[in-house]
Order: sequence, then structure tokens, then C-alpha cells
Amino acid sequence: MSAPAPEPAAASSGLNAAYIFKKSLISALVALVLFSLMIGIRTEAGPTGQLVYWTRFGDLALMVAGVFGGSILIELLRRWWGPVTVTRVVPASVQTGLALARRAIAPLLLIFTVLVPVIFYDQRYILDLGILVLTYVMLGWGLNVVVGLAGLLDLGYVAFYAVGAYSYALLATNFGLSFWICLPLAGILAALWGVMLGFPVLRLRGDYLAIVTLAFGEIIRLVIINWQSLTGGPNGVSGIPRPTLFGIPLTPGDNGLAAKLGIEFSPTHRIVFLFYLILGLALLTNWVTIRLRRLPIGRAWEALREDEVACRALGINTTTTKLTAFATGAMFGGFAGAFFATRQGFISPESFTFQESALVLAIVVLGGMGSQLGVALAALTMIGGFELFRGLDQYRMLVFGFAMVLLMIWRPRGLIGHRAPTVFLKHSHAISSDLVKEGHG
Amino acid sequence: MPTRGSDLRGNGRVNFSSGSGMDYFAQQLINGIVLGSIYGLIAIGYTMVYGIVGMINFAHGDIFMIGGFIALIAFLILVSVGLTTVPVILLIVLLVSMAITALYGWTVERIAYRPLRHSFRLAPMLSAIGMSFVLSNYSQITQGARVKPVPPIITGGYTLLEKNGFVVRLSNVQIIVVITTIVLLAIFTWLVARTRLGRDMRACEQDQTMAALLGVDVDRTISMTFVIGAALAAVAGMMYLLYYGLVDFFMGFVAGIKAFTAAVLGGIGSLPGAMLGGLAIGLIETLWSAYFSVEYKDVAAFSILIVVLIFLPTGLLGRPEVEKV
Amino acid sequence: MSSDSILSVDRLTMRFGGIIAVNDLSFAAERRKITALIGPNGAGKTTVFNCITGFYRASSGTMRLTHDSGKQIQLERLNDFRISKQAKVARTFQNIRLFPGMTALENLMVAQHNALMLASGLTFLGLIGAPSWRSAENRAIDQARLWLDRIGLLERADDAAGNLPYGDQRRLEIARAMCTEPALLCLDEPAAGLNTRESAALSELLFSIRADHGASILLIEHDMSVVMQISDHVVVMDYGMKIAEGSPQDVRDDPKVIAAYLGADEQEAIAVMESGT
Repeated sequence: MSAPAPEPAAASSGLNAAYIFKKSLISALVALVLFSLMIGIRTEAGPTGQLVYWTRFGDLALMVAGVFGGSILIELLRRWWGPVTVTRVVPASVQTGLALARRAIAPLLLIFTVLVPVIFYDQRYILDLGILVLTYVMLGWGLNVVVGLAGLLDLGYVAFYAVGAYSYALLATNFGLSFWICLPLAGILAALWGVMLGFPVLRLRGDYLAIVTLAFGEIIRLVIINWQSLTGGPNGVSGIPRPTLFGIPLTPGDNGLAAKLGIEFSPTHRIVFLFYLILGLALLTNWVTIRLRRLPIGRAWEALREDEVACRALGINTTTTKLTAFATGAMFGGFAGAFFATRQGFISPESFTFQESALVLAIVVLGGMGSQLGVALAALTMIGGFELFRGLDQYRMLVFGFAMVLLMIWRPRGLIGHRAPTVFLKHSHAISSDLVKEGHG
Repeated sequence: MPTRGSDLRGNGRVNFSSGSGMDYFAQQLINGIVLGSIYGLIAIGYTMVYGIVGMINFAHGDIFMIGGFIALIAFLILVSVGLTTVPVILLIVLLVSMAITALYGWTVERIAYRPLRHSFRLAPMLSAIGMSFVLSNYSQITQGARVKPVPPIITGGYTLLEKNGFVVRLSNVQIIVVITTIVLLAIFTWLVARTRLGRDMRACEQDQTMAALLGVDVDRTISMTFVIGAALAAVAGMMYLLYYGLVDFFMGFVAGIKAFTAAVLGGIGSLPGAMLGGLAIGLIETLWSAYFSVEYKDVAAFSILIVVLIFLPTGLLGRPEVEKV
Repeated sequence: MSSDSILSVDRLTMRFGGIIAVNDLSFAAERRKITALIGPNGAGKTTVFNCITGFYRASSGTMRLTHDSGKQIQLERLNDFRISKQAKVARTFQNIRLFPGMTALENLMVAQHNALMLASGLTFLGLIGAPSWRSAENRAIDQARLWLDRIGLLERADDAAGNLPYGDQRRLEIARAMCTEPALLCLDEPAAGLNTRESAALSELLFSIRADHGASILLIEHDMSVVMQISDHVVVMDYGMKIAEGSPQDVRDDPKVIAAYLGADEQEAIAVMESGT
């Protein structure tokens, strides 16, 4: 952890070695105090239950030295780039270039995604990762309706994901309903929950809404944990049926898809099928959202984000407008949940923690509020990055947390900082995100 | 430890014999007030930061957790160097954990929030969530994932009432927790009401630009807010350690949400409100566990939050927000 | 009071805690006329507006709106968005409230929300792209284009509203209110911050709205030249009460009005007297 020195970049009087040294020394001192007990001493419950400790002064010295060196490096880089570091890391030309390349990026990305199972047919790991990324793309697109378009801060989105997953799991294991019947049901149930939870709380504004949705997310998780007779409690639900291709199972048996097509069975078929399934669901979400944005309801969502009072003065029923946004987002979350359940074959409350909500929200915000392409890119970056650091094992959340902080400092408005108008007379100019509001609710 | 109240984390059991009538209720009341004091101390940090920079400091619960760890380590060292006078140990541990944890608060603000001071609303919130992940993972890495139990440091207590075999007890730990809370709250209220720093804080809360024009060092004032909040969270962490006799890296999250609930319940931005909200949450949780079900005590706490916000959106002591048209 | 009043406010009172912002105020706005509500700062004008448009719930009193069809609506019984949706009262705001991140055209499309919601079959017809929805959408765009043309912003239709100059934003807000097809248009200081040329253009716009759309207008204004030029009827408030009422000339010469303005703000009193000469 590097602790920048207390003074702001005051001395811009060129390269001043003494100044840099002093600043880094202060950082190192701060680090020394911070780490003194936490790193210098390691505690553990001993074999008899008695607490024991041992010292790790070597590690401590290493960390402090690391902070000292790191500070010098950061200071030097800061001099090199000019007074404002982080915001200049990506030059403006690249940013505008990104905006221009937008039109090309989306189709290319789509074509590539469609081809992934063909290119990486033998690489189970890549396919699984692709499915994971697409699941988060879908979740991000779903939450984008609520946060990005309607400007309602929802910190409990994972609740709807859980409702969808448990709806499918319970309907399928208890009543033997097929995936294709359960999928819409899971979406509808999640949307109903969205309305039920949304109705009382949507009057709340801003951070109150955030904290209440967070509380709802936790309530749902706690109920799932404790309602053991229905949900199996912490043990979860297992033996969830795998999806079928409209009734044809993807199994090695005689009535399996492989046998019907007369090809040799391979377990990869199911993975590829799942890949296209989630791709289809995600694209459906995307299509519906793009469509809705151009309809009065979508425009009302965005107007609500811009100015709620003005909406009321124009005769827009803000409550139902918010509710529809909430329900739509919840429905997509429910679809994603049902997919998650059928893919895993096993679900437990552990999959639906606040961390998931935070991750999806991070994807939406990093994507650039309301931008569909941005959300997809952000999901790819975040989940891909997360996987890259799998080797770091226990340091993964640490790196992830720091990455979140740095990404926010780097691009507080997200990767795609423009809003595309929903209707135009002559030309569709992208609107700079400086003008676009974030909503109050 | 004679009485152990319900666990903050939600995995504990209430392990006192079930009594009846007023005695039982009185015991629960005591337990609830103690728990509420801890929540209240954490809630003050939330409410101050929210008041001054308008953001939910998601990392604050983890600052509380760090405070608990530092208190634990300080205890171990002091005991192992042969110090035996309990009041001296307590005082040193209190000061050490307050000082170091305050520096954590300062560092978090400096790294994750100050660069986003005038940024968009959601960016600091996400940054705070990231910082929360960093802190909890940091202590998991440096101190291991297992729960750290501590032998009871303060024992003994008073029997207030004994009837039909049921005992209402007030333990020394409980007395220390409540007294420390009251003393710190008094010092702190004085700080905000009477000192230059407190005046600067209130000025920044109203209008940062104007405060800066009038010569208030806004950056320093905001830093100090984080420092004070973190110091109080450290006290809460230490009290938690004394009372429950354990810490672990994950305890910050749920305690943090509940303390924020307390802050909102009391009326965000209001210091007495935070304390009041903390007490309310502590009592609700304890009484719910005692009379209904332990499993659903967190559900009860969160449901109360939702109900209060719907019917009393500004909390118990919050200023009503008049909508400007 | 004329019998053909579109809005008649009767004994309206609004209290905030111990403060009485509007005290027993009665007045009427005539159909297809421009009625101005004037008074020194803090007289309670905007509070009256907020009561009429449902942002505040009046402490007591009635506000009756009579549509051209003869249908009567008690505004104090409606709240929030229903005032605009059902009673057809549209308003603008003192500190312009456009949707800054949306284009001028989008702003006007949002204003037609309720009509378009019906046309889109509550979204479902729109989602499948039904022809009836398509034609309704095109009509809405034409309507918006018409208004953009009238306020001279056709060229900037696709620019973000937040990027428009101040005067254009004022006019766009009025156009947006008119896109809800109101029976009564309430304007909160429409000329505030406009230069002479812009406020002349504004007067023209208001005249044409009254003439072409048969809309009745109620406005709050500080710019006395605008008030004197366009109002048919003026109501003067001070300290929450009505102190004078009548034609612009009557009001201008009323010593009570001059005293009120002198008492509150010398500059404005001078402005009142000068605007008459």
C-alpha cells in the first residue's frame, strides 16, 4: 500500500531530489506505522486455543522499503507526466479515438464472440471463462437499466439474480419443469420481487435508496440461508437439471442430441450450447434495452435521471416509471440467475453476496453509465482481469479492490463517456458525459 | 465472560438461560445497550463523513475491523512483556489502536477519496467499496483467515437482581464499554461544538467553497473527519474485542452495514442521532434474538431500517430536507 | 371576477411551520389571457405557483380549474404529476429545469410522454414496432419540430439542451411545457436573465402562444417592461397577501404597489415607475 505524502503537488519547481526524498520518506513513515502491528506481528490461535504470535520484522522492513521505493517512482513519473498524473495516463487523442472506433468495436466484438466456441473449441477453460464473462455482461446490462438509464442506485441487484436462480432450481427440482418453462417464470418472479421491493422504497432518494436496496439484498440472502426447509439453507440446492435443446438433452444416451444428429458425443457440446445460450440471453437483453431507450418509457427513465422534478411537471408518473425500470432490471437479473443455476447444477447462498452486487455495479459504472458497449467492455476487463489474477490466489481481492479504486480515479465516468441520443432530426451527436446527470435516486 | 450478548456477525447464539418476565427483559436491555454503544461508535464515523463529503464510506466497517485487530495485537504484546495492571493495559491499547487506526482512516481518504473529491457521485462510492475489499483482504493476508479468540481480559461484575434462579448481571466489561462510549461521545461533542476544528467541520458541511474562501483548510478538515471517525471506530473495535473476545477479518462488513443503518436511523449527519440509532439497532437486535429468533435478527434490523426510511425518511433526529423547486 | 376564468384561486393559504408564505389569497386567471403575478422578492409568488402545480400541498383554500369543455377540476385535490397529466397545467421553473444531457428534440419528446405511452400500447406495441406506434412517433417528432421551429432552434435540435445558450434554454423550456398541450401555462420568471432582444422575442412567443393555441398563461415576472407589455391582468402580492389587482396601468399607478416595491427594493420601485413613462 503506498501512502502518498500529505502535501499536494505543491512544488512544481522542476526536479527537486530533496523534495521527492522527503515526500517518500513521509510515505515510508506512514507505511511503517500502518504496517507495524498488522505485518510486523502475526497472530494465530494456537493448538490449545491460546493465542500465540510471532514477529515478521523482515516482511515489515520489505514492505516499508517497497513503499519508499514506490513513492519515489510515483513522484518521478508524476514529474515526467506533469502535475496531474492519473487523468493523463490515457491521452485525449486515444479517448476520442475510442469514441470514433465505437461503431467498429461493437460489431467486431460481436462477431468475435460468436466465433469463440469455434476458435477455442478445444479449450474448455476459455469457453468457461467466456460463459462467465457473458453472464456478467448480461447482469451488467440488466443493472444498467436501473442505474445507468433511470439513475437509481441499486446495491442489492444480486437479490434478483438469487431469486432467478432459486426460482429455476426449486421449480425444476420440485416440479420437474423444464428450463425453457422456468426461464420466463424466473424472470417474471424476479420482476415481481422487483416491484414488491421497489414499491415502498422508490420514494427514497440517492444514498438512502442505495442502502435500502443493499439491505434488501442482504435480507433475501439471509432468508435463503435460514429458510432451510425450502432452500436447503447454507447447503444450497443441488442436482439442478441441465438445460435441454428444446427437450433434447445434451447427454451421451440414445435420445441425446449427439445420437440424434449421428455425431460422436462430447461433453464440450454442452459447454458450447451453454455459451450460445447465455450469448442469446445477453443479446436479448441488449436488444430489448436498446429498443426501450427509443420508446417513451426509456426516454422517461433517462429524463428521470436528468431531473425528477421536471418529469413530474411534465405529467410523468415517476413512481411507475421507476418501478418499470426496477422490474425490467430485475427481470434480466432473474434470467441470468436461472442460467447460472442450470449451468452450475448447484447453487448456494454463497454465490449471492454483496460482493457480487458490488462487482456488477462496478461493471456498470466503469462501463460508462448507460452505455451498452461500455458495460460489455467493462465486464470483459473486470472478469478477465479477475481471472488473470487467479494465480495471485489470496491476493486477488486485494488487487481487485485496488483496481477498482484506480479505475475510478482514472475514469470516474467510465470507459465510454458519451451518451447517444435516442432520436434525431439530422445528425446524431454523442453527448458528452459532463452534461449527463447521474440521477439522485 | 459472564454474559455474551448476541454476536454482531450473525453466526452467534444467545447463550444465557431463558428467564421470564421483567428480569429477562432487564438483562436483554443491558445487553442491547452495550451492543448499541458499539454500533453507535461506528455510526458516528459514517454520519460525520456523510455529513461533510456526502458519501457512504463503505470502508468504515473495515476500519472498525482493523481497529479490533490492532487492539488484539497490542494486547498480546503488552501481556507478553509482562504488564499486569489491567487499567494501564487498557489505556495503552486504547491509545495505540486509536492512533494507528486513525492513520488508516487518513490513508484511505488520501488514496481513494481525495482524488475523487469533485468527481461524479458514484465514483467515490465504488472507490470506497474497492477500499473495503482491500482492507478486509489485507487483514486476511496479514493475519490469516481464522477467527482470533482472546481470553477474557476483564472479568467480574455485579449481580443486580437474583430471583427464582435467574440472575440479572452487569459485567465489568459492559460497564467499561458504556462508560468509554459516554466519555468519548462527550469529548467528541465538545470537539464539534466548541473547537476551531469543529467549526471548520460544520462550515465545510454547509458549503465547502464558501468555507475555503473564508480561510478554512477544506482538505485538512475532511482528513480530520476521517481521522476522528476512524479513531472512534478503533474504540468500537477494541470494545468489541473486550466484549465478545474475538476478531476476524470479515467482521467489518455486517457491523458496517448495521452501523450505517444506525446512522440513517438516527438521521444522517446528526451525531446524537448516530448514537441514538446505534442504541436502537442494538436493542432491536438483542430483543429480537431474545424473543423471536436469532437467525432472523439481521433481517429484523434491516427491515426496521426500511420501515423507518419509508415513514421517516430523515431518520429520528435528521433535519427535514425541503425539496427545492 | 370574470365568470370565464380558467383558474380561480380562492382563499389560498400556505404555511411552513410558523411562517405564513401565502395568506388568504384569492385571484382569478382569465381564459386566453395573460395574467401576471408580481411582487417584491419573498412575496410568496413562487409558493403560489408550487401550490397550483402540485409541488406543495396548500394548507387551506381552493383552486378551481375550468377547462374549455366546462369540466371543472379542483387542483388542491390532485398532486404531483397528475396536475400536469389530468388538469393540463404545465409549468416552467425559475432556475431552468431542462434535461441537460438530452437533446433539444428529446426534451420535447419526453414532454409528450403520456400521449406516446398510450400510442406505444404501454410499451408493448412499441417493442414489437407496430405500425400504429411508428406513425404516432412520427407525429410526435413533427410536433416537436414545429415547436423547435417556432422558438428558432430547429438547427440545434440535435444538440444537448445543456449546451444551448441561456436564452435558448428558456424558450426551449416553454416549448417543452407547450408540448404537453396544456390548458394553463404557468411561467416562473420567463424573462429572468434575458437581454432586451431576447425578452422582446419572448413576449412575441407568448403572444403567439396565446393567439395560436388558445392557451391561458399565468406568469411570475420581475421584468416590469415585459409585464407591462404583455399582461392583460396583473395581481400584486406582498408578504403573502394580495395588495392590488387590475390592468397593468391601474397597478402601475397604485400607490400601495409603489410603496411595497419601495419598501422591499428601491431599484425595483424605480423600475416600476420608469416603465410607465
